[in-house]
Amino acid sequence: MKKIDKSKLEDLWGRLAAEQDLFLPVQQDSVVNFALWQEGSRVNLEAVNSLLPPKDLLFPQSEKIFSYKRREGELSFEEAPGSGPQVIFGIRPCDVRSIELLDPVFFKEPADTFYKNRREQTTLVSIGCLEPDTTCFCTAFGIQPLDAEGADVMLYDMGTAYLVSPRTEKGEKLAEEMGELLEEAAGAEEEGLQQQQEAAASAQEHGLDLDGVFEKLNDMFDHCIWEKFYRRCLACGTCTYLCPTCHCFDIQDDGSPEEGQRFRCWDSCMYEDYTHMGHGHNPRPGRRERVRNRFMHKLNYFPKDHDGVYHCVGCGRCVQKCPVNLDIMQVIEEIGKEGVGGEGHDR
Amino acid sequence: MTANPILPRRAVVEKILQDTPDTKRFFVTLKDGEPFNHKPLQCAMLSVPPVGEALFSITSSPTRPEYLEFAVKEVGTVTKHLHYEVQEGTEIGIRGPYGNGFPIDVIRGKDLLFIGGGIGLAPLRSLINYCFDTRKDYSKIQIIYGARTPEDLSFKEEIFENWPKEDARLNLTVDVESPGWEEFVGFVPTYLEHLAPTPEGVIAVTCGPPIMIRFVLQGLEKLGFQPEQIITTLELKMKCGVGKCGRCNIGEKYVCQDGPVFSLAELNGMIPEF
Repeated sequence: MKKIDKSKLEDLWGRLAAEQDLFLPVQQDSVVNFALWQEGSRVNLEAVNSLLPPKDLLFPQSEKIFSYKRREGELSFEEAPGSGPQVIFGIRPCDVRSIELLDPVFFKEPADTFYKNRREQTTLVSIGCLEPDTTCFCTAFGIQPLDAEGADVMLYDMGTAYLVSPRTEKGEKLAEEMGELLEEAAGAEEEGLQQQQEAAASAQEHGLDLDGVFEKLNDMFDHCIWEKFYRRCLACGTCTYLCPTCHCFDIQDDGSPEEGQRFRCWDSCMYEDYTHMGHGHNPRPGRRERVRNRFMHKLNYFPKDHDGVYHCVGCGRCVQKCPVNLDIMQVIEEIGKEGVGGEGHDR
Repeated sequence: MTANPILPRRAVVEKILQDTPDTKRFFVTLKDGEPFNHKPLQCAMLSVPPVGEALFSITSSPTRPEYLEFAVKEVGTVTKHLHYEVQEGTEIGIRGPYGNGFPIDVIRGKDLLFIGGGIGLAPLRSLINYCFDTRKDYSKIQIIYGARTPEDLSFKEEIFENWPKEDARLNLTVDVESPGWEEFVGFVPTYLEHLAPTPEGVIAVTCGPPIMIRFVLQGLEKLGFQPEQIITTLELKMKCGVGKCGRCNIGEKYVCQDGPVFSLAELNGMIPEF
């Protein structure tokens, strides 16, 4: 296996940034978020999770779809231009999995051309997590904290250097760009990796068991459990905006009758008007229905259509930032305690 | 790069007719001259920048391709703009068709019973005219249609002039007694119960206000219709129309792609959130 000494990272980033947009976790005040690399960026590869997931780089929070013009009555549309190649460097395995969960949504025919175009030109360089955050529970979803299956290049932190493991054609190409910055790793370092992996896999202490949760939820639409959870919810939408797998969006126009643009922007299923129809009917009129829908989507609706794969990656962002501590881990735990077809089905 | 599915095509509103006091009919053609290729009970997203876009069922039959026709009731911002700002000759955007459309193969050779209420006749009309244009493929056709008052009945020249000439039984009703009205008076589900059609070999297709649909479904079951014989079309708020923006879900189904047409058998297997 190859490795790259940490002292050579600045050189590496300069080289990668010359060929494409390079995004990596950058510290600004007390916050770490993915940002475009520039010389002098305060890169922080130690922070386990960025405040926001890098989802925005594939599915921007706000994105122009087209501009329109009306001239002498003639209406014309001009599609927004596509974007170029990019590298997301330092993405954690949970966030890599989240992209693998967005792929089937946006790739499903008719495919979303904006997402597809970006995704096909994106190279994911993932860094394994040696130490979990207190709210990490990715292992509950079968994610290896030190190994992202969907990464193009996997980096393993060995102290003074990263072991570099290209996984895909895109990854090989990137390793070529790294060129002489890479050197052969010693056998001892590769052996150390094995131990690291075992330690990382058992470092999370959530004790969550997802087994049977999906199946139980098939019968829990009318369960009183939702009663308990929704009352706390403020409908602020924080969970949905921080979630790396949430993909809901709104479409709006901005402009005059003569010219302007149509854009899409993230939306939240926690909001009342998300499903409120023009003539007044709302199939999810209250927080109870909306909170239920969000958890059901993550833990039952999505898996139903995707071979039982949950639509949550255990990144812990919503757990950390929910102002009323409505904790998905607790929700999973409570569902796990319920017997299939047991009590509590009548509200 | 493949075509962007949420980019509209350019279209022109060629003709506008006032249909009922709160509903107008819009006759649309595409500027690119390419066909729209819709099936009965599919929908299209109409764009009126800078107000936005909204989804409407296509009320014209694919067998009558001269215009794509929409019956629009004024309820929200886009429909208000269509009613008061859009004129004959105004250019708009259109994208689609969206949705599964009607499973034509299921009804070939069958007796058909259409049950509509108010503006709910608009999606059904696409299929009704399709069936009249391919009449030999079907056995008996019966249409039960009602609205609040006689003037609220949609597509009057069809229900009073064209359809009575077709090989079909037409039953009209209004909710309350009205001067000059000689047909049935009562809600659509009540009329259905009164007419009591027999279920053998019949497929029933219904669309109307949610409350009407609910009682029609109950009424049909009471008459002995099996859930597989009952088909309806749903409406939920939609933005993208291509199964991605999330809001039109009923459980794992997205109405914009998996619907809007569902049999009662399918609905019975879905969560009751619509």
